[in-house]
Amino acid sequence: MSSMVTIGISDMKIVKSADFLVTYALGSCVGICLYDSMTKVGGLGHIMLPYFPVSSQKQENVHRFANTCIPSMVNEMERMGCSRARLKAKIAGGAKMFEVSGDSTFGNIGARNVLAVKETLRNFRIPILAEDTGLNYGRTLYFYVETGTMVVKSFSNGVKTF
Amino acid sequence: MLNLDQLNEIHIDVLREIGNIGAGNAATSLSQMLDTTVDMAVPTVRILDINDAATALGGPENAVVGILVKLYGDIEGIMMFIIEQDFVKTALQVLLGEDMVQCEKLSEIELSAISEIGNIMISAYINSIGTLSQLNIKTSVPAVSVDMVGAILSVPAIEMSSVSERIIFIEDDFLSRKNQISANMLLVPSMDSLSKLMLQLGIDL
Repeated sequence: MSSMVTIGISDMKIVKSADFLVTYALGSCVGICLYDSMTKVGGLGHIMLPYFPVSSQKQENVHRFANTCIPSMVNEMERMGCSRARLKAKIAGGAKMFEVSGDSTFGNIGARNVLAVKETLRNFRIPILAEDTGLNYGRTLYFYVETGTMVVKSFSNGVKTF
Repeated sequence: MLNLDQLNEIHIDVLREIGNIGAGNAATSLSQMLDTTVDMAVPTVRILDINDAATALGGPENAVVGILVKLYGDIEGIMMFIIEQDFVKTALQVLLGEDMVQCEKLSEIELSAISEIGNIMISAYINSIGTLSQLNIKTSVPAVSVDMVGAILSVPAIEMSSVSERIIFIEDDFLSRKNQISANMLLVPSMDSLSKLMLQLGIDL
C-alpha cells in the first residue's frame, strides 16, 4: 500500500519506497527531492528562504532555509542507510509570482532560493537530474520515491513529468 | 520593537477597527463599480503561519486572482486583494460585458480590468487609513497574478517574515447576495509600521 505524505512549508520528510510525497503551491519557495535509487529512500523538503540567519537569537526552524534544510535531509537519509555518493536531486519552484513595476528587486527571492539550493547541493556533490524553476507561476510537486519521478502540476501550465 | 506575541486584546481591537474602516470604503467603491450591494463581514485579525492562512482561503491549490500593492512612505507593507474565480466572472461581465470568461487564460484587457478593481479598492482602503492616522502612505502600481492561493500568499509571507515565521493579516471578506462574489482584502504591515500605526492612533505599546 502506498500512502501520500504531505510536506508543509518549511518542512521536510523522508520516506521509504512505496510512499509518495507531495508539497502544494510552491511560489517562490523551492521543493527539493532527494533520493537513493538503491535503497529506495527519498525525501522532499520545502524551503522558503536561502540562508539560515547567522545572527538570529531565536530558535529557527532549519527546514525553512536552503542551506540548513539540505544538510538535515542528507543526514537523515544516511541514518536510513543511504549513501551520500548515490544521492540524486530534482528541484522545482522559485517563481516570481508578482512583477511590481518600478521595483525590480521585489520578488527576486525565488531566484535567490534556487541559487542557494544549487550551491548547497554542489557542496554535497549531489547532482541535479532535473529542474523546473523560475518563471512566474506556482507549482504543486509530487515525488514518487519508488521511481524517483517528480511530477509538477500548475494552474495554467499543465502537468510535467521529470 | 513590537513583537507579535505582545499584541493584546486592545491592539487586536484597534487592528480590527482599521480593517473595518478601510474595508468600508473599499466596499463602497466595489458596490459602485459593480452596481450591486456589497456586504462585508466583521474583519478578522489573524496571526498565522502561511500553511494555515492558505487553508483558510480554500486550500493551497485553490486558484484565485491576487492583486498586490506594495506600501511605502510612513507605512511599509503589502496589501493584497484576493478574489475567487466566481467574482472575476461577475466583475468582467459587469465591466466588459463578457459572458464566457476563462480564468486560466485571461486576456490582457481582462487582467487590466481586474487589476484596476483591485487598485481602486486598495486605494480606498489605504486612503481611509491614511486620513485616520494622519500618516502618509504611498502605494506602488498594482501587480496581478492568477494562480494557486498558496503560492500567492507565500509572497507577503516571505517578504514580511524576516523577523517571524508568522505574519499578521487583517482580513476583510466581501460578499454580495445578488451575485456570487467572494473576495478577501489582506493588509500585511511590517512590524515597525504596525508599531507606528498604533502609536499614531494613541495606543500605548
